[in-house]
Amino acid sequence: MSALRRRSKRSHDLVEKSRSVSIRELSKSFAAVAAIDSIDLDLEAGEIVTLLGPSGCGKTTTLRMLAGLELPDAGTIAVGGETLNGPSTFVPPEKRRIGMIFQDYALFPHLDVGANVGYALGRRPDPVRIEQVLDLVGLSSHRNRSVHQLSGGEQQRVALARALAPGPGLILLDEPFSNLDAALRERLRGEVRTILSTAGVTTIFVTHDQEEALSIADRVVVMRAGRIEQIGTPEEVYLRPASLWTASFLGEVDVLAGTARDGAVACELGSVPAATAATGEVDVVIRPESVAIGVSGPSDGRNAVKAEIDRRTFYGHDQMLHLRLPSGQTVRSRRLSFPAWHPGDRVLAWIEGPANVLPRSRASEAR
Amino acid sequence: MGSGPTSWIGARRGAPLPLLGLGLLVGAAALLPAIYLLVLVLDDVGGAISTIATGRTAGLALQTLALTVAVSATATAIGVPLAWLTARTDLPGRRLWATLTTLPLVIPSYIGAYLLVSALGPFGLLRDLLGVERLPSIYGFVGAWLALSLFTYPLVLLSVRAALMRLDPQLEDAARSMGRSRRGTFISVVLPQLGPAVATGALLVALYVVSDFGAVSIMRFDSLTREIYVTYQSSFDRSSAASLGLLLVAFTLALLAGQSWVRGSLRYHRAGPGAARPAPTVPLGRWRTPALAFCSAVTLAALILPLGVLIYWASKGIGTDSLATGDLLQNGSNSLLAASGAAVAAAVLAVVVAVLAVRFRGPMTLALERISFAGYALPGVVVALSLVFFGIRVAPSLYQTLALLVFALTIHYLPLAVGSVGSSLLQVPPRIEEAARGLGRGPLEVFRTITTPLVAGGIWAGMALVFLHALKELPATLLLAPIGFETLATDIWRQTTRGFFEAGAVPTILLLAVAAPPLYVLAGRGTPPSS
Repeated sequence: MSALRRRSKRSHDLVEKSRSVSIRELSKSFAAVAAIDSIDLDLEAGEIVTLLGPSGCGKTTTLRMLAGLELPDAGTIAVGGETLNGPSTFVPPEKRRIGMIFQDYALFPHLDVGANVGYALGRRPDPVRIEQVLDLVGLSSHRNRSVHQLSGGEQQRVALARALAPGPGLILLDEPFSNLDAALRERLRGEVRTILSTAGVTTIFVTHDQEEALSIADRVVVMRAGRIEQIGTPEEVYLRPASLWTASFLGEVDVLAGTARDGAVACELGSVPAATAATGEVDVVIRPESVAIGVSGPSDGRNAVKAEIDRRTFYGHDQMLHLRLPSGQTVRSRRLSFPAWHPGDRVLAWIEGPANVLPRSRASEAR
Repeated sequence: MGSGPTSWIGARRGAPLPLLGLGLLVGAAALLPAIYLLVLVLDDVGGAISTIATGRTAGLALQTLALTVAVSATATAIGVPLAWLTARTDLPGRRLWATLTTLPLVIPSYIGAYLLVSALGPFGLLRDLLGVERLPSIYGFVGAWLALSLFTYPLVLLSVRAALMRLDPQLEDAARSMGRSRRGTFISVVLPQLGPAVATGALLVALYVVSDFGAVSIMRFDSLTREIYVTYQSSFDRSSAASLGLLLVAFTLALLAGQSWVRGSLRYHRAGPGAARPAPTVPLGRWRTPALAFCSAVTLAALILPLGVLIYWASKGIGTDSLATGDLLQNGSNSLLAASGAAVAAAVLAVVVAVLAVRFRGPMTLALERISFAGYALPGVVVALSLVFFGIRVAPSLYQTLALLVFALTIHYLPLAVGSVGSSLLQVPPRIEEAARGLGRGPLEVFRTITTPLVAGGIWAGMALVFLHALKELPATLLLAPIGFETLATDIWRQTTRGFFEAGAVPTILLLAVAAPPLYVLAGRGTPPSS
């Protein structure tokens, strides 16, 4: 009776229980080069978090240590309160109940779609469960197909179904969209996000694609050279980056020297509210889309500065304008493609919205 | 970011100890013949020097060298034009010629020599048919050269044809668009790119010739291998035989060094994987008839005539006393026993070596992989010689046993199995095993349910290769087989050397028939079987 109940419960809940993650002072070096340098990271159950950074920053190594595929030099990993890596603890990968999705999906070429998913369910897989997860990813009609017959997107969804099948409570994805073309990538991101939310599973996602990280995650962990540079919501890391490096890794920025006082900052483009509290000499970090231009100034009567358009690049949906300010410095402005501006046009330029400020860096002092 | 050596074992460092222990045993076994050969030579350095530093030895070395050069050159002269004709021209029946001209490779050199001697030698077919009393002697250099050239040229053919198929035809198009004629393009663009492939093929032929025992012994040509055998047989003189063996190993090592040098330079010449479209065929025009005549002549000499001779002797032999069916079946099953024992053993050892070298890459496991290739450097006669003395002096309980013969065949042909298993294991991404671990399966179960099915093809091919080679093996079997243990190969050789040509025919046919199934397995995988 109780066995029956457990089984029926298992086949109805997609996720047994989404699990929290706690990483403390995790370190790992390869051949004396530190790949991970004492990082701390906490995830709440059910969160979707991306690890974002350039290649070689240690994000994949972190993921592989979570999966038990790489051995940390030091530090602890606990998932759902259970210690997986500790001073004298190592839980092997097959005992961790963590779903992992690899960049090339790692589907078993000698097994069909159903058997690939069934492999995750032990020696006598429950066919109802296989049906259920394949249904979740929209592939129930492909159950008996060979994995070679699937498109890239379908393979991706089989990998997802296989990882979700045992109800792991934590899913790791290693650059899952990098093998797909741009249009498919866009569509699948949405689909995968929906599937993961439906399953309610805690998810860690590794990517080097800023747009992907920002669009899919609840929180973004920006990594650089084995350390965590910043953790925050997508809006926080994009709009209020904690360092110039993070700012320019997440998108295009220009830096102007400014002076901050009483929640406002003054720079060559005028005085605007500061996004973060600061006083004194600062760097004003400006994204091109927040630099507005016009023949006349802004309607709210804020001050604007004269600028001349130096160069223009047309991108279809928008245009990038390089503005030369009176001091000689250039600032970029991204505008929709209409109206069209041209090199030589004289315009007024100003900042829209609050500006992000950072402590004055040596690079801008030298300027 | 690097993916560590962590597949079945999860995140533990290095290979599991039991596997490593097995690997060390395999390495020790593979090195045994080489090491014991050195022991034999060092045992009596004075004797070794007095053997090697003689005019006779220098003469033997020169003769071996001359035969090697002559055969390699002839094989190249036959193989390169055939490769071009069957790969790039509008030769009528191109595919058929491609198959027919490759087939002689499956005929072992001693069978080729047997058929030549039995056709052209004294008391041979030609004398029977024509009633000619005196023919120019086939024995000696000419016979050895002819037998080895006719049955090794496909090594050059296969290597060069593969290179021709790989060449990027766009390079030739580019040369033509720059105003070069078809002939000029061939000379300035195609030929230079074929250089490494020709050299690879010719070196394979040279290695074959240097190690060959069957053809030279039947042709009574004094090469190093034959001299080693004769020295051993006549005197059990271990130090002379061993020092001649060491000299022979020096030859093979030089050729292997050449091979790896060529392989290194090959990289610069290789175009991208697979040409986007097939290369254009060259119209032969008025050269069509000479080309056809050339292909026909080669096929006639290397395939049709030998088979004809074989059928002639077989038909003469069947129904006479010379054919003892009981012996034949006994010898056949002995051949099967030894060859399949070696195939299975080599496959098991190869899995150990390949798993260590591919999945736990490190200085130690790489060294093990290299060591497992030691069998390539030692010709069969040397392996056998070393193990015979090892049996007599160190392990008398093994001497004259089937186990020692199977051991010799296993380590001699281990590289074939390691290559085959290793390359198919390389094609299984470790990610797949890691994924299986993450899905809740332990290391041994992942190996059983995921890795083994995926490398099964490579294991079968490795077994087929070893089986095929062990089946045809001659000198190691002659030296190591227990007394009274005859295989098809030793039977053919004994009958031929005694001039009983009829008696050799049926075992030859049986040997070729037993070799057919594994050949078929290999042909299906596109692995050219080298003989």
